[in-house]
Amino acid sequence: MPVIRVQDRVAKLALDTVLEVVCTDPGVLIDIPAWCRINGHEVLETRDEGDQQIVILKVGEP
Amino acid sequence: MSEQRKAASLISGGLDSLLATRVIREQGIHVEGINFFTGFCVEGHTHAIRKKERARPKRNNALWVAEQLGIKLHIVDIVEPYKEVVFNPMHGYGANLNPCLDCKIFMVRKAHEWIIQHGFDFIITGEVVGQRPMSQRKDTMPVVSRESGSGDLLLRPLCAKNLPETLPEREGWVKREQLYDFSGRSRKPQMALAERFGLKDYAQPAGGCCFLTDAQYSSKLADLWQARGSKQYEMDDIMLLKVGRHLRPRPHFKLIISREEGEGNFLQGYRKQFVSIRTISHPGPLALIDGEVGDADIELAARLVARYSQGRDAAEVELEMADREGNSCLLRVRPLPPHEIPQTWHL
Ligand code: SF4
Repeated sequence: MPVIRVQDRVAKLALDTVLEVVCTDPGVLIDIPAWCRINGHEVLETRDEGDQQIVILKVGEP
Repeated sequence: MSEQRKAASLISGGLDSLLATRVIREQGIHVEGINFFTGFCVEGHTHAIRKKERARPKRNNALWVAEQLGIKLHIVDIVEPYKEVVFNPMHGYGANLNPCLDCKIFMVRKAHEWIIQHGFDFIITGEVVGQRPMSQRKDTMPVVSRESGSGDLLLRPLCAKNLPETLPEREGWVKREQLYDFSGRSRKPQMALAERFGLKDYAQPAGGCCFLTDAQYSSKLADLWQARGSKQYEMDDIMLLKVGRHLRPRPHFKLIISREEGEGNFLQGYRKQFVSIRTISHPGPLALIDGEVGDADIELAARLVARYSQGRDAAEVELEMADREGNSCLLRVRPLPPHEIPQTWHL
C-alpha cells in the first residue's frame, strides 16, 4: 500500500526534506495528501500522468 | 496539573471507531489512531482499478476519519503476521473465511504492544456489545481483552456502561458516566450520536471491514488453497482475487479475465508472472492463466477468453498468448458457446 511505504520512508527523513513519490495507483492522489494533512507534512505537487501518479511532499514536524 | 493521558484508537474507517474516539477526546484525552493493513481491507488500494471508479476515486475512510477527528493516524502493516490468523483461527471462522474473533484479539494485542512502545496509557475501540455475531458479543468481548493481553487497558466507550470498569475509568482518567451503554445490532444510537456531534457523510460498512466477510471472495480464496494443496497466499494472490472474472475449467489451472479496461491495465502488470492471453481480432479482455498448462489447456483457455470478447459470436477469434518471458504466439479458435461453460467453473 503506497501510503504505508511513504509513511515508513518519511519516518526516516529529516524535517523539510522533499520526497517525490511515484506510484501506479490513482488512489494515492487522494490518500497521500490526506495522510500528509493529518500528520503535518506539506504537499508541494500532485500529478496524474495516466500510467503513473506523482506526489511531491515536504516532511514536517514528527 | 494532572498528567495528560494518551489513548490509541483502533480506526477502521467506520462510524463506530469515529464516535468512540470523539467521545474520549471530549474528555480531554490525547488520542492517536492506529489502522491495521491486512491486505484484505476494503480500504486497500484496489478501489481505483476499475476505469469507471478511477474518474471518481473513493477516499480511504480511515484517513478521512482521522482527518475529521484531527488526530494522527499510524497505518501498521501486519500482512505477514496476520496470515497465521487467517490460516489457523483458534476460535474458528465466521459465516465465510472471516476469523473475526481471532482478528480482533490479534489487532488489540498489536495495539497493546504499540502503546507500550510509544508510552500511551490505554486502548479504545468502537466495539458495541451484540453488534456483530462473532467478535462483539457479551461473552466474546472479555475474551478479546484477556487473550490480547490488554486486560483492563481496553476501553470500549460506546458500550462501556454494559461492561466491567476498566483501568482508565477506575483511575478517573475518563468519566464512566460520560460513556455509553449501546448494545445490539441497531445502528440508531450511533446515528443519533453522530447527529449530536454534527457528523455527516460517514461510512457505514454493511458486512464487516474486510473482504474475508464476502462470500464470493472467500470462495475464491478457498479455491486458491485447494488448488495449491495448502493454506497459503502472497499479497499478489489476495489482490488478484479482488479483480476480474475467475474461472477454473480444470483442477490444475484457472483464468483471471478482466471485465473492463481498468482491470485489463491492472492485470497487464502481472504478465511477467503468468502466461497471458489477449484477443487480437476483436476488442476483448486480457486474461492471466494461473497454473501450469499444456496445449489442450491453452486452447480451452483461448476459447473461453474469446467467449468474453466482442467476437463471442464470430466463427473464429484471433488471440495472442504470451509466456512469462514475453515470447508470444498467435492462436485462432472458435469461441466457447455458453452452454459449454458449466456454472461450476465460475468461482
Ligand atoms: S471483518 Fe475482517 S477485519 Fe473486521 S474483524 Fe472480521 S476478519 Fe477482522
